[in-house]
Amino acid sequence: MSERKIRVLIAKPGLDGHDRGAKVVARALRDAGMEVIYTGLRQTPEMVAEAALQEDVDVVGLSILSGAHMALVPRILDLLRAQGQENVKVFVGGIIPDEDIPHLLEMGVMGVYGPGTLTEQIIKDISAAVGRVDQTSPR
Amino acid sequence: MSLAESVLQGNRLALARLLTQVENESQEGVEELNRLFPYTGKAHIVGVTGAPGTGKSSLVNQLVYAFRHPEGEQKPVRVAVVAVDPSSPFSGGAILGDRVRMRDVAGDADVFIRSTASRGALGGVAASTAKIVQVFDAAGFEMIFIETVGAGQAEVDIARLAHTVVVVEAPGLGDDIQAIKAGILEIADIIVLNKADRPLADNAERVLRTMLEMAGNRQKVEEGKPSNEWIPPLIRTIATEGKGIREVCEAIQEHGRYLHSSGEWGRRERLRLQTELENRLQAALLKRLQDSISIETYENLLNEIVSRQLSPYQALEILLDGVKQ
Repeated sequence: MSERKIRVLIAKPGLDGHDRGAKVVARALRDAGMEVIYTGLRQTPEMVAEAALQEDVDVVGLSILSGAHMALVPRILDLLRAQGQENVKVFVGGIIPDEDIPHLLEMGVMGVYGPGTLTEQIIKDISAAVGRVDQTSPR
Repeated sequence: MSLAESVLQGNRLALARLLTQVENESQEGVEELNRLFPYTGKAHIVGVTGAPGTGKSSLVNQLVYAFRHPEGEQKPVRVAVVAVDPSSPFSGGAILGDRVRMRDVAGDADVFIRSTASRGALGGVAASTAKIVQVFDAAGFEMIFIETVGAGQAEVDIARLAHTVVVVEAPGLGDDIQAIKAGILEIADIIVLNKADRPLADNAERVLRTMLEMAGNRQKVEEGKPSNEWIPPLIRTIATEGKGIREVCEAIQEHGRYLHSSGEWGRRERLRLQTELENRLQAALLKRLQDSISIETYENLLNEIVSRQLSPYQALEILLDGVKQ
């Protein structure tokens, strides 16, 4: 099996303790054939960036319900760029007010997914952003 | 500069990228690994295995922390972790969740944790695990932990990959018959009874000790003299509270010294590399074979097997005859 799998880091930066959404997304991406690194609750931006580096991921998904997204997301984007991972795609899920979405997209976020998003949409967007679809066909 | 050179100079991003190349068996990865191979052979490779939920990740987290913050005169060692979790047999995807328990060592530049999916391998580690270990070894990590997938009885590939195997048990997982079955307990160099604050811990310890004593007696009877072989210590831990961790660290170091003084290190190194060579050879031959068989021929033969016109053995002969020509 020499084809490259899409590797995704699903992280929960900040202090809220609700990771149900993050787990649902992680599971859906797994079922789409991706390798999902799950880091658990209460990660600092530094921990998220470090995990993204060590795991050499293609995509980072951030689940934030605390309202701190306008502080956490740019910090994580900066850290990723500083360590040479400017090509890593970042998406955000959770509770994000509509008026913040354009700002996040402008910062370079790939997509913002609130409650009610179909997981198929996230999978489609990731595959498009990374530029390949991951499906192993076992012979 | 090549990735290998950057890795040797301590570039962490280059290391991460090379691990990906190596895991995917890309041409570049193979070439870089060839360049790095002369720099390998220094690290102490420690396998940590055991059933799902026994606390392998929590234990590794604590062990890494302890080796980074040693007591007394000892110098902290650079530590890498390869954590393997299973791939889905259906989608090929995976959830790699071992980092969840490894947060105490975040932010330490001399620790590197890499999660990998088993990608179809059944022995408790991935086909790429040996190569990932080599990259870490060349990159100067002095101790490398391999955390296997949650292992049952037969996932014993780690024994041929590590110098020291730590088997993690927890109370309530089985009776004395489980303990004398062949398989995972046989490969233990160190047995850790984790979650030792749980009920039935004393029971589990008694069962494991009986098993160890039986193994020790057997050695003595066979050789007719007191055995100076390594007898696996049994250590009780509560990984979430850090209890018993120093003892496990000391046992790992002690086992390392034993391997060197007894000559066993050289034997295991040879066995490790032989296993790797055999695995590579098998994979390469299998690939060559598969490439030589058209999907059409394969599907047609499979159809004939399904309709009972051919037995699997007969189909095999036809396939192999085709390869010879």
